[in-house]
Amino acid sequence: MSDYYIHQDQKRCIGCRACELHCKTTHDVPVGPSFCKIIPVGPEVVGGVPRIHFVFMPCFHCEQPWCVAVCPTGAMNQRQKDGIVSVDRSLCIGCKTCITACPWGAPQWDKETGKVFKCDFCKDRLDEGLEPSCVTGCTTAALKWVTPAESSALRRERFAKGIAKDIPDR
Amino acid sequence: MADTGRATVYSICVMCTVRCPIEVEVENGQVKKIWGNPHVLGGRHLCPRGAAGKVFQNDSERLQYPMMRDGERGEGKWKRATWDEALDYIADKLKASIDKYGGESVVLGDRGGGFTDLQKAFIKALGSPNYLNHHGACSSSVHNAHNAIAGHRRNTVAYDFKNCKYTVLYGRNILESIGTKEAKDFIDALESGMKFVHIDVRWNYTAAKADRFFIIRPGTDYAFNLALINTILRDNLYDAEFVDRWVLGMKELEEFIGPYAPEWAERETGIPAKEIRAIAHEAADLKPAVVFNQGWMTAWTENDYYFRRSIYILNALMGVYEAKGGLLFSKGEAAAGYKPVKMLKPLSPKVDRKRLDGVGWKYKHLSEDYGMAQMLPYAILKEDPYPVKALICYRFDPLSSFPDPAAYLEGLKKLDLLLSIDVNYSHIGWYSDVVLPECTYLERTDPVLVKKGPKPALWLRRQAVEPKYDSKPKWWIFKQLAERLGIGEYFPYNTIEELIEWQLQDTGIKLSDFDEKGVVSLSDKQILWDRKDGLQFKTPSGKIEFLSSLLEDNGIPSFPVYESPKKPPKGQYRLVTGKIGVHTQGTSLNNPYLNEIQSENTLWINTGEAERLGVATGDTVEVSVKGVTQEVKASVTDHIHPEAVFTLHGYGREIPLQTRAYQKGMRDNTLMKGLLKPTVGGNCPITECFVKIKKKP
Repeated sequence: MSDYYIHQDQKRCIGCRACELHCKTTHDVPVGPSFCKIIPVGPEVVGGVPRIHFVFMPCFHCEQPWCVAVCPTGAMNQRQKDGIVSVDRSLCIGCKTCITACPWGAPQWDKETGKVFKCDFCKDRLDEGLEPSCVTGCTTAALKWVTPAESSALRRERFAKGIAKDIPDR
Repeated sequence: MADTGRATVYSICVMCTVRCPIEVEVENGQVKKIWGNPHVLGGRHLCPRGAAGKVFQNDSERLQYPMMRDGERGEGKWKRATWDEALDYIADKLKASIDKYGGESVVLGDRGGGFTDLQKAFIKALGSPNYLNHHGACSSSVHNAHNAIAGHRRNTVAYDFKNCKYTVLYGRNILESIGTKEAKDFIDALESGMKFVHIDVRWNYTAAKADRFFIIRPGTDYAFNLALINTILRDNLYDAEFVDRWVLGMKELEEFIGPYAPEWAERETGIPAKEIRAIAHEAADLKPAVVFNQGWMTAWTENDYYFRRSIYILNALMGVYEAKGGLLFSKGEAAAGYKPVKMLKPLSPKVDRKRLDGVGWKYKHLSEDYGMAQMLPYAILKEDPYPVKALICYRFDPLSSFPDPAAYLEGLKKLDLLLSIDVNYSHIGWYSDVVLPECTYLERTDPVLVKKGPKPALWLRRQAVEPKYDSKPKWWIFKQLAERLGIGEYFPYNTIEELIEWQLQDTGIKLSDFDEKGVVSLSDKQILWDRKDGLQFKTPSGKIEFLSSLLEDNGIPSFPVYESPKKPPKGQYRLVTGKIGVHTQGTSLNNPYLNEIQSENTLWINTGEAERLGVATGDTVEVSVKGVTQEVKASVTDHIHPEAVFTLHGYGREIPLQTRAYQKGMRDNTLMKGLLKPTVGGNCPITECFVKIKKKP
């Protein structure tokens, strides 16, 4: 089952798009589609300073992937050993049902081949003991390759440190 | 390098001129992936432009073979030439110019940066003092200010962000004009609790992370600093021990600074006086782990030089030089106990002709390392101080980087030879007589780079794959020209390996020492000078000179009375330009992957002003100055000063061969009419540009 998670540290992310470029150059993705995307949301003034949120959108590799469920040919599949969702391009017929099914826009259309392709968490790299390219190349180490539990722990730790700083006589 | 199978090659990027250390994965003779060099960066971190180097190397829309003009200049008619044809033609033209007008009639324009020895050696060996680079449109005022005050360049000190506790940035968009290590260090520092203040005429991604952010009235950064200095002196906030030991001119500074109280600055800048006082006190509380960042963007006004001086004055008052978390001096081979790496430039005889741009004789306080390339067209047209007949542009594109390309071209028309050597198509290349394609950084080895710093090292750019197309490395091109011009003896090598071994001869380091990590460290730990007795300020007094002998001796005041920047005439706006993380101005715009992310620029207009103009986001507006009009889409925002409009620099490329970037967005520098001129700091006053805006009917 999928026990992978890409943790994005908003405080470290500078919205530079290096993740997108490291992804594209790893998978030689043509111009147009993108397996991951930084979506800047903002700016919005908080406490006198306009802040911005850079939302990182790879595939989330769902535990119950709708894209897999709706695929009529079995091209979209979930890897047994670790739950990674990817496309077997030899089976894809280009029906785009997965694009319709995915609420987050993860499956991408390759107009050169008329087939779908998508983020596979760089499974070939994982199999070599490496991390996904977006994580490895991230300019400021804002992306971290962790388990969901580790991500929760990181968030708790940051929150705890933040409030502790504001206690006057710590 | 390997032709088959997999290999790892350590090298140095040049997608921008930060030149990050990289690790190139090669497979079957092709670049498979580019990462940051983990031995230097502590991980494979690399900015988006660095990653996109792979598609640049593979792009068919880059220079492929030598081209010679087959029509009028700029007409775009070319014929392919062999290297011998092109080089013979260039050599004949250069010889004719030198024979008739002397070596000084030849000029070399360079992008500048770390790898300049070959070009400098070449032009010097021809007997010309005329080495110019792009800094007149970039950081000249910063370099020259630091030089007069402390005897250092902008980059002979490094910011110790890792240990810094308080930083003030002035339009220095450190998180969008990215150096990988610098950006990561900066974020690490924020995570460790560093506070920072960002001052700019507009919001950006750096501002988004600031503790305090102020939109300042354009051109008044200097007034803000004067009020900081005023507060620091009045409230006795400076590092007295450091100042007593190292600073000359405190008395003159005190006399000068009296009128510039925070209340005065509030009226001038729009930043509240109490905020200015707070910033002075916050910085002083954390000194010396403080950096007032010297920057180089946004405020290139006529008085930019004095603004930059004030930054260095603030740093000196906080005692940050050679302090943990402050500014650390760069050290070279000698400080680490090594004999120097040999350079080519000293091999040829000294040139005693004066420079065409007046630097060193008319403008004695300005550095010859940068020159003032903005003076070149006038020197050519007026033959003053002498005839200039040939221009060699090495990755130098003044028609993109300097203001007013039409005025620049007027001068270039009178040249007998205009040569461009580049990896990219450039505007100057388009007007050249001959264009020589250099191979990309992934396809060539360059001479050794001495990476000076608190921990000096030697870095090497190494060929990862065979050159694509009929392109050649720089060392070969200049050697070929040198042989044809009878100055081959000053280039004592036949291969790049021979050149590197010669460079390293006295150091005891071998070329193979770079194999393992791509760099050779000269010192395991930081080399720090003694703050009490060991600091090396290369001014005449050996101290930091607030009252600068270099200026005073040349009749230039150290403390002129503050002059308020011009307000835009009614109905006009000050045009300010800048950068984003995915592009290196014009040079990366045609990169397929980077173009995909940001193919056009827009014009930021303040919401209130846009309402008055009847302009909404997405509308096309006409931006005009004295007969020049550019069209661009508007972006309406609250987060820009109403006096300013902003756009990304370098768009609106006019080279049809760059199909992705061709005529996308507006070409900002065409609007900077009449700004090719010298200022006291050697910089072009790029932001003294006032434009009219009209919604396109």
